[in-house]
Amino acid sequence: MTDQQGTDLNASPDRGGPAQPLVIARALKRYFPIRKGLFGRGKGAVQAVDDVSFTVRKGETLGIVGESGCGKSTTARLLVGLADIDSGDLIFDGDKLGATLTHRELWAGVQMVFQDSYASLNPRMTIEDTIAFGPKMRGVAAKQAHAAARDLLARVGLAPERFAGRYPHELSGGQRQRVNIARALAMRPRLIILDEAVSALDKSVEAQVLNLLADLKAEFGLTYVFISHDLNVVRFISDRIMVMYLGEVVEIGPVESLWKKRAHPYTAALFAAMPSMDPDNRTEVPPLAGDPPNPINPPSGCRFHTRCRFAEEVCATMKPAARPVDGEAAHMAACHVLDPRSGHTMAGAPGLETADA
Amino acid sequence: MRETLLEISGLNVRFSGARTVHAVNDLSLSLDTGEVLTILGESGSGKSVTLKALLRLLPEKRTAIGGSMKLDGIDVMGLKGRALSDYRGKTVSMIFQEPALALDPVYTIGDQIAEAVRRHTGASRAQAMDVALDMLKRVRIPSAEQRLRNYPHEMSGGMRQRAMVALALACRPRLLLADEPTTALDATVQIQVLLLLRELQKEFGMSIIFVTHDIGVAVEISDRIAVMYAGNIVEEGSAAEIIRDPRHPYTRGLLAANLHDAERGSRLEAIPGSPPPLATKPDHCSFAPRCPHVTPACLKALPPVFRPGPRRRVACVLGERAFTTAQQVPVHEAAQ
Ligand SMILES: Nc1ncnc2c1ncn2[C@@H]1O[C@H](COP(=O)(O)OP(=O)(O)OP(=O)(O)O)[C@@H](O)[C@H]1O
Ligand SMILES: Nc1ncnc2c1ncn2[C@@H]1O[C@H](COP(=O)(O)OP(=O)(O)OP(=O)(O)O)[C@@H](O)[C@H]1O
Ligand code: SF4
Ligand code: SF4
Ligand SMILES: [Mg+2]
Ligand SMILES: [Mg+2]
Repeated sequence: MTDQQGTDLNASPDRGGPAQPLVIARALKRYFPIRKGLFGRGKGAVQAVDDVSFTVRKGETLGIVGESGCGKSTTARLLVGLADIDSGDLIFDGDKLGATLTHRELWAGVQMVFQDSYASLNPRMTIEDTIAFGPKMRGVAAKQAHAAARDLLARVGLAPERFAGRYPHELSGGQRQRVNIARALAMRPRLIILDEAVSALDKSVEAQVLNLLADLKAEFGLTYVFISHDLNVVRFISDRIMVMYLGEVVEIGPVESLWKKRAHPYTAALFAAMPSMDPDNRTEVPPLAGDPPNPINPPSGCRFHTRCRFAEEVCATMKPAARPVDGEAAHMAACHVLDPRSGHTMAGAPGLETADA
Repeated sequence: MRETLLEISGLNVRFSGARTVHAVNDLSLSLDTGEVLTILGESGSGKSVTLKALLRLLPEKRTAIGGSMKLDGIDVMGLKGRALSDYRGKTVSMIFQEPALALDPVYTIGDQIAEAVRRHTGASRAQAMDVALDMLKRVRIPSAEQRLRNYPHEMSGGMRQRAMVALALACRPRLLLADEPTTALDATVQIQVLLLLRELQKEFGMSIIFVTHDIGVAVEISDRIAVMYAGNIVEEGSAAEIIRDPRHPYTRGLLAANLHDAERGSRLEAIPGSPPPLATKPDHCSFAPRCPHVTPACLKALPPVFRPGPRRRVACVLGERAFTTAQQVPVHEAAQ
């Protein structure tokens, strides 16, 4: 470890240089054992995150999308060190968690803004105290920490003279979420994981916060992992998008490329489910029917085969490997249709996008 | 035949204590049986407070509530004791914005739904558990039998949200208050839940007041849209009227800020400035400090409410002029 450790109160220092990805997640796995009744022993486990690999480059924004329950928040919690990794490696700026990197060092560099704004704020602290708390614990002088807290409140659009002394229950949902963002920023992290951080905001405040996130990113060289169900927001903010289904990554690629071609049938269904903006033309049939499968006992082969309209025999027996889409190495998807040797009858076809339109 | 289910007139909610907040100011609203109304609006504009007032959930000590609310002939403000607890859950129920407020962390989902059913219908434990299971299946929670035994923290955000829909509908209320019920859901599940709500709404003949920030969601679910700003409704109309022909400067700014087809990396058009503190009751247009069309009259008195049609209204001095195409303001100008 570097000897700077512990003396830099603001952030964890850049160690690996610009070419080193900030995060490398390698075959991450997290299962939650399930209870069976009162007396029964745990039988099976929810396969919340199963063999998930990806990288986050310095200064980029990686968007994560996918069905409710597919493991986005659990992945996020693994990245922050809030959940234990069952197996796999987490490498932060070149240092492996548990080897050359301690949890404490990881926490100095990563902050998370949670989905549930209410549950994550201390009800007995004013919001100014809440924001100043972390930096003070880290040794920042009280006066300085409070001044910074008030400044951050102003920057997230909550005038400190009106809001600083309020308690969480005295705020609206959107106001609370902005407090959470300010609190994360106060820790001067290098990576911020925003889990549904703007979904409670009205469109005008959301626009303000997204503009703010862009400014802060430029100003402090931040890196974001941005989880959201609002595909318009994800498209707007992300450099790359990762699509998850039932604990696995099914597609990942640069936004433009993914928006042009949704190579995985689940991705296609997800994007097709975006709400209509036309009152005379509302959605009548959901693009993806059927129940999400049980994550305790996920389907064999391709986990999407129980709901995929292109599913064939091979899909139930063989797990598809991630392959480049249209030869573009940055854009990968895991579907047999992309693999000419898989035996899928559509394999090698120009693409599902046309079939879908 | 239209049948009015809910009539709110002159609702005022003021929080006192360390500081005063006039959260709702002279709000009036009516809703028909079987109608779905969406409230759009600024964060902090009083949407949740209005719904909580209707459910009589605001802390009595620190809250002053004025005005009247009549639901299905019931005087909501006058309810007490048993009548009040029957009203909550059976006549009206709510899906909360924050799952933490509705779901009790120490009971399983199944127990919580069954308990609500037992309280309101007198069903036996076993019958109530059957209803709970049926409801979990209706909201498409996978492996519903097992999920009955789950505690809230063992579910993903989206599943908790669907469990709340199940809890809210288990007693078949006349009016469902849904406070951002699909915000935590992905697009595929969201559209399923919206279609499901539309279906159950028809089946139960229920009315819905829906709060969302997502204009696409409002379009999918609602017959009518009301837009709130600083504790009052500034514009109301059919969903098509509001989306295609917004007239109030705030509504126009809000729709312009939608990043539906914003270019990546560009600056988004946010309405400049911030909402009023509401430490005192508004005596002039609350949007004036941020409005591109402000006139001296806007600062002197509350704006008149212009009603060009039976269920269309705009609270703005532009009034009739807001409806004449010659005076129509381009959306982008309104957002500057
Ligand atoms: N503490 C826990 N104990 C048991 N199961 C859990 C726990 N936390 C999460 N799970 C399960 O792990 C799976 C993944 O959950 P996760 O919260 O990561 O999903 P998500 O993608 O964030 O969903 P959403 O979009 O709804 O927030 C789900 O099946 C969930 O029920
Ligand atoms: N218990 C309370 N005590 C004092 N002030 C409160 C209380 N509850 C809400 N407020 C204030 O009342 C105003 C309206 O809040 P409300 O929760 O209704 O907003 P909202 O329109 O639902 O916003 P959002 O879209 O962010 O959820 C806000 O300024 C809020 O800070
Ligand atoms: S591998 Fe088969 S089931 Fe899976 S997404 Fe591709 S076509 Fe569908
Ligand atoms: S009343 Fe005046 S300030 Fe208010 S919205 Fe209308 S034009 Fe703007
Ligand atoms: Mg989540
Ligand atoms: Mg609210």
